[in-house]
Amino acid sequence: MTRLPVRKTYKLFVGGAFPRSESGRTYEAQRQNVARASRKDARDAVRAARSAQPKWAATTAYNRGQVLYRIAEMMEARRAEFAELSTGTREVDTAVDRFVWYAGWADKLAQVLGGSNPVAGPYFDFTVPEPTGVVAVLAPEPPLAGLVTRLAPVLVGGNAAVVVASETHPLAAIELAEVLATSDVPGGVVNVLTGLRSELAPVLAAHMDVNAIDLAGADGDVAELERAAAANVKRVVRGRADVQSPYEALSFLELKTVWHPIGA
Amino acid sequence: MSELERKRSAAPVPSDWTYAAAPESREIVSVDERYGLYVGGEFVEPRSAEHYATLDPSREEPLAEIAQAGAEDVALAVDAARDAFANGWSELQPAERAKYLFRIARILQERSREFAVLESLNGGKPIRESRDVDLPLAAAHFFYYAGWADKLEYAFPNRRPRPIGVAGQIIPWNFPLLMLAWKIAPALAAGNTVVLKPAETTPLTALLFCDVLRQAELPAGVVNIVTGDGRTGAELVKHPGVDKIAFTGSTEVGKAIQRELAGSGKRLTLELGGKAANIIFDDAALDQAVEGIVNGIYFNQGHVCCAGSRLLVQESIYEPVVAKLKRRLSTLRVGDPLDKNTDVGAINSRQQLEKIQELVAAGEEEGAEIYQPPCRLPEKGYWFVPTVFTNVAQSYRIAQEEIFGPVLSVLTFRTPDEAVEKANNTPYGLSAGVWTEKGSRILWMAQRLRAGVVWANTYNRFDPASPFGGYKESGFGREGGLHGLEPYLELEA
Repeated sequence: MTRLPVRKTYKLFVGGAFPRSESGRTYEAQRQNVARASRKDARDAVRAARSAQPKWAATTAYNRGQVLYRIAEMMEARRAEFAELSTGTREVDTAVDRFVWYAGWADKLAQVLGGSNPVAGPYFDFTVPEPTGVVAVLAPEPPLAGLVTRLAPVLVGGNAAVVVASETHPLAAIELAEVLATSDVPGGVVNVLTGLRSELAPVLAAHMDVNAIDLAGADGDVAELERAAAANVKRVVRGRADVQSPYEALSFLELKTVWHPIGA
Repeated sequence: MSELERKRSAAPVPSDWTYAAAPESREIVSVDERYGLYVGGEFVEPRSAEHYATLDPSREEPLAEIAQAGAEDVALAVDAARDAFANGWSELQPAERAKYLFRIARILQERSREFAVLESLNGGKPIRESRDVDLPLAAAHFFYYAGWADKLEYAFPNRRPRPIGVAGQIIPWNFPLLMLAWKIAPALAAGNTVVLKPAETTPLTALLFCDVLRQAELPAGVVNIVTGDGRTGAELVKHPGVDKIAFTGSTEVGKAIQRELAGSGKRLTLELGGKAANIIFDDAALDQAVEGIVNGIYFNQGHVCCAGSRLLVQESIYEPVVAKLKRRLSTLRVGDPLDKNTDVGAINSRQQLEKIQELVAAGEEEGAEIYQPPCRLPEKGYWFVPTVFTNVAQSYRIAQEEIFGPVLSVLTFRTPDEAVEKANNTPYGLSAGVWTEKGSRILWMAQRLRAGVVWANTYNRFDPASPFGGYKESGFGREGGLHGLEPYLELEA
């Protein structure tokens, strides 16, 4: 007698849990039924990200680096599964190495992007980068490396993210969510939505509690999304799927400058 | 009784303290009757054939006729900038580019008195401020960025910094020449060319600056100045030949610009409004803090985007702080901007005065308690008495909206956590002030305040080496310092 395999139900990843879409809807992608997130799911994801963000930002940079490195470790262990769900092992390796690369940046960004400024005396001032807050990411292709390339620089600076996975190839993103759920990333720091871009992107672009949006994977009317983003002066990034640099992280950082007089 | 003693005993102290008037001479500036647009290195008549009068707001008297640039005028200016970018400026040796900027800095220093007087004449700000703050900082800004022009690869390791092209820049009326310097200096240092639109009400120092450019022999078309109202700015934002827009002004207009540029691929930086909290803890040096409060909100008539317009006082010291503040307020001298004794000058325009009046009326209506020191205002011109509101609730308009005038709203808090929560309870995030003698608390507060600049035991400090700009709806991008270059560069791998 042949054994019946146990099938997976593909759900959303919000606030560290795997809920179905509150709408009860699914859609078919990669020959699977995948959760089709609703507008309300998107708003719930923003709320989860907002409540998780301060604590994530307050972790030490060294700790944040280790958490990101842990993601790479866990991904490496699932290399074969990821390869099947994406374009292959090369893409997986790119994604894993991306997390390793950004993991090492966590405790270096402030030194490279900030510092003390030689202002006229008797004053001292310094500039530090801080996370902008909640970042929406429309993940570009390829489904795994594109997502990780845009997500890692968001996380390294202490932001929380709401990611919209590839619409046609969402399974790698769900696999990644399972990795995140079992790594040391606090629940809510990364939220993964699967579903229709045309439904989710406008909600996130217009959301008043989203600080920045990366339109890397936007298809359709980018102008319409950018127009909506102006409602709360969002930082709009049109990220590329194939770059890594501290300036990618800088796009999701604010620079704060603190002054104090010098006196005896 | 001597004349002086008689005056003193007759007049209520301190509204009529008899300082001898000490006006700065207007002789040093010569204002033309009528100005054209500065395009391609020369003044040209506007194709629009429209002009409007720019005023001395302290007398409500016209100073000159200013061109209202139309779509065609803006297009000519952008063409001139494009041409200058393609034919010379972007190819010039960076060290030579630097020298032009050094020249501009030096000429501004040399002509600083002339510029300061003109700034106060056209904008209404006290000469003490234009002389001691605006001009030195404007010159320093050019000097600072001059030095960057041939060192860009050191600013952005592992990148090849390239200029973007033509920068369209729109600046406000509160620090006309200083904002011009903040915009033009980094743009040119990075190798871009510029079309700049000064504010409608304060174009004169920008137009005088064209003379500095000629003195410096800056190549024609590298900097173009188009004057006019918001319509001119809108034309500049829309023009397809502009690669980057830098705007300083209200959040409302900033959002409109961001909307307008959606999908255009143009780069954008915005420096917008603010409603900063100035937070006084019970262990602060109170006399210094009171000076900081006054500087925070009455500097430049409160026409400052980073003004400390919400005073948060720890409950236990509320009474002494308010008492000291009221006393200090009565010594502020409001009057002739050109008088060297003046602390608070004229409101920049009738429109701004009406906005301040409207919000102050709203404050009284909502139930806040108003205090204004006895004060004699000149009969002509636009004036507003330095004002303090107490009994202010967070929900009042005067605690929520940017007034952009000499009006302070006082609120209280009990714990540091409450101070942070109240300070951050605004869509804005440009600046904040903290007054305490406890070092660890300064850093604790500084970490939690969602604002681009935090002044601890000081307020309204600026320096070209120090980045300035907002969180949240106060905009994005930084001006000043190494970070001020980034908006004007492509950072190629």
